[in-house]
Amino acid sequence: MESFSIVSGTAAPLPAANLDTDVIMPKRYLKGVDREGLAIGVLHELRFDADGRPDPAFILNQPGWTDAAFLVVGPNFGCGSSREHAVWGLRQLGIRALIGTTYAGIFYDNCARNGLLAVTLSPEEIASLLVLVSDAARNRLTIDLPAQTLTTADGEIHFNIDANLKLRLIEDLDGVGATLKDADRIRAFEAAYHAERPWLASGRRSSY
Amino acid sequence: MRQSRTLYDKLVDDHRVRSFDAADSALLLYVDRTVLNEYTSPQAFTGLREAGRSVWRPEAALGVVDHVNPTAARRVRAMPDPGGQKQTDYFHENCRDFGIELYDILHPLQGIEHVVMTETGRVLPGMVIAAGDSHTTTYGALGALGFGIGTSDIEHYLATQTVTYSRLQTLRVEVTGALGPGVAPKDVVMALIREIGAAGATGFAIEFCGAVIEAMSVEGRMTICNMAVECGARGALVAPDDKVFAYLKDKTGLTAEAWRDAVAVWRTLRSDPDALFDRTVILDGARIEPMVTWGTSPDQALPIGAVVPDPEAEPDDAVRRDLKRALDYMGLTAGMPLEAVAIDRAFIGSCTNARIEDLREAADVLRGRRIAEGVRGMVVPGSSAVKRQAESEGLDKIFSEAGFEWRQSGCSMCLAMNDDVLAPGERCASSTNRNFEGRQGLGGRTHLMSPAMVAAAAIAGRLTDSRRLDR
Repeated sequence: MESFSIVSGTAAPLPAANLDTDVIMPKRYLKGVDREGLAIGVLHELRFDADGRPDPAFILNQPGWTDAAFLVVGPNFGCGSSREHAVWGLRQLGIRALIGTTYAGIFYDNCARNGLLAVTLSPEEIASLLVLVSDAARNRLTIDLPAQTLTTADGEIHFNIDANLKLRLIEDLDGVGATLKDADRIRAFEAAYHAERPWLASGRRSSY
Repeated sequence: MRQSRTLYDKLVDDHRVRSFDAADSALLLYVDRTVLNEYTSPQAFTGLREAGRSVWRPEAALGVVDHVNPTAARRVRAMPDPGGQKQTDYFHENCRDFGIELYDILHPLQGIEHVVMTETGRVLPGMVIAAGDSHTTTYGALGALGFGIGTSDIEHYLATQTVTYSRLQTLRVEVTGALGPGVAPKDVVMALIREIGAAGATGFAIEFCGAVIEAMSVEGRMTICNMAVECGARGALVAPDDKVFAYLKDKTGLTAEAWRDAVAVWRTLRSDPDALFDRTVILDGARIEPMVTWGTSPDQALPIGAVVPDPEAEPDDAVRRDLKRALDYMGLTAGMPLEAVAIDRAFIGSCTNARIEDLREAADVLRGRRIAEGVRGMVVPGSSAVKRQAESEGLDKIFSEAGFEWRQSGCSMCLAMNDDVLAPGERCASSTNRNFEGRQGLGGRTHLMSPAMVAAAAIAGRLTDSRRLDR
């Protein structure tokens, strides 16, 4: 996973509300057992026509946005299925950060686990940003995660982010490895927890 | 610790291994159990293999093949689709190598993961269950905190029996009064989603309460908790009561003594009377009517007697654009009565509405009737056990005589990862949980509704009010 510090790039407007993970990563790209080859699947029905050619009407196929590193998105982005393939695909397509008002919970966690920064701004800030980045001459941004700022052609916007999440993105932590340092604590918790709940302790397999 | 706590906070506090912050909002949360499926788990197992890690507590996981399997009458292990075959082969290998029990396609208890978990007594009040599917919220019906996680978190769970977790805000949803005749639990949750929006509960855990919820069956509560994720809730709870204990009684295999101890503790699992919720929504049960979706988001729903909304009446530019896009995709025009919308397909299935009560509800409407000419109807039971139960009650005959196909269990056309799909432009009355673009097949059009409403639509050949069909 690539760590995130200061990243500059082009931002593309994607204002639709409730863009779900079925649209972000259609199901026919979910038949693998690894994380490879998902870039082609991202927003496939929006990016390509029925014959598989890039649809010139879609923003990411237009001059000025083809190399977008950021997406400015509508509310409740990533709702629906828990499929992490949506986030893997966005990263493989070169997307480093999303900028929106609200994200679905599982999707937001999936972003955090894969170095995809999901910035949360107010509806007013997103509305102005959508107008700004719709102009190909003014659609470059810089996100400084340590400073928690987003710099546009119009100025600087501060954003809030959970401190642990920020650290995780900057340091590119191995989440499992970090938790396993607490293994003794987990074992102690588990023993006490099950002792108080004898009906759970058997860990019985179903013989139904 | 707060003096008075909600049920949600009690469950989170009970499972807190440690806090990462002073506010006690970022936690390492102990997870009691999980269920794995073939399509969101492979990369998690690969991660374990590559790091040389083992599964912390293999007996606390169950594997179920449910998403990619065909539902045709004759079951075989071979999949027609090479991708599905590869995923199920790797799933077999992973469950074997890591010591996890697997209900594969030929297992007599195979079914949709959330249906299987509850009917085999694996979900108990007070548990935390995280699984790689968003509808894990279903388990709230039994007083367990269930929530969906991604593949990275599955790997984390398997290796550590925990997940890193951010405490949610609490939303109390009280459904007062009583439901009218012919109004189903599905209508209650669809009315809620419409009321608060598809992101209305994002960042919240819901606790459902009120006379309607108390009167509702445990399976009905599963339906509402299951779909709570469609308004963004990452957890939906109902305080466990005698109905829940009766539902579990013969499923847990506990000794009499263990059962007594368990129930005594389970009775304490409720919000304190003076507990404060961050937000409250009250719905009048008597005003809820059978609901259908007309658009491509679960909150684009209306009572069946309504007409398709007019985007031009919407003042907000962005919302108007979304409405137009939804109408265009769905092939509908503003002002059209919902009851004039003709259907091609009728699908009864999914972890939302394919339990035995759902099949009984639909069969009650279909008994002695035939579905309309040109409509293809499919019933996909939620599990193999549900299928056998329905057959023992003769429901399969009612469905078959009405013209529905009686199929094997699985997720099937809810998300169409197997060979059950809508053709482009086909319109389906569906008991599932999502009406997203392409959800049931590329270009397919989905209208969500209760099983009885699907049955009624199949008979009429168009969306219709099931209350008009006497039973």
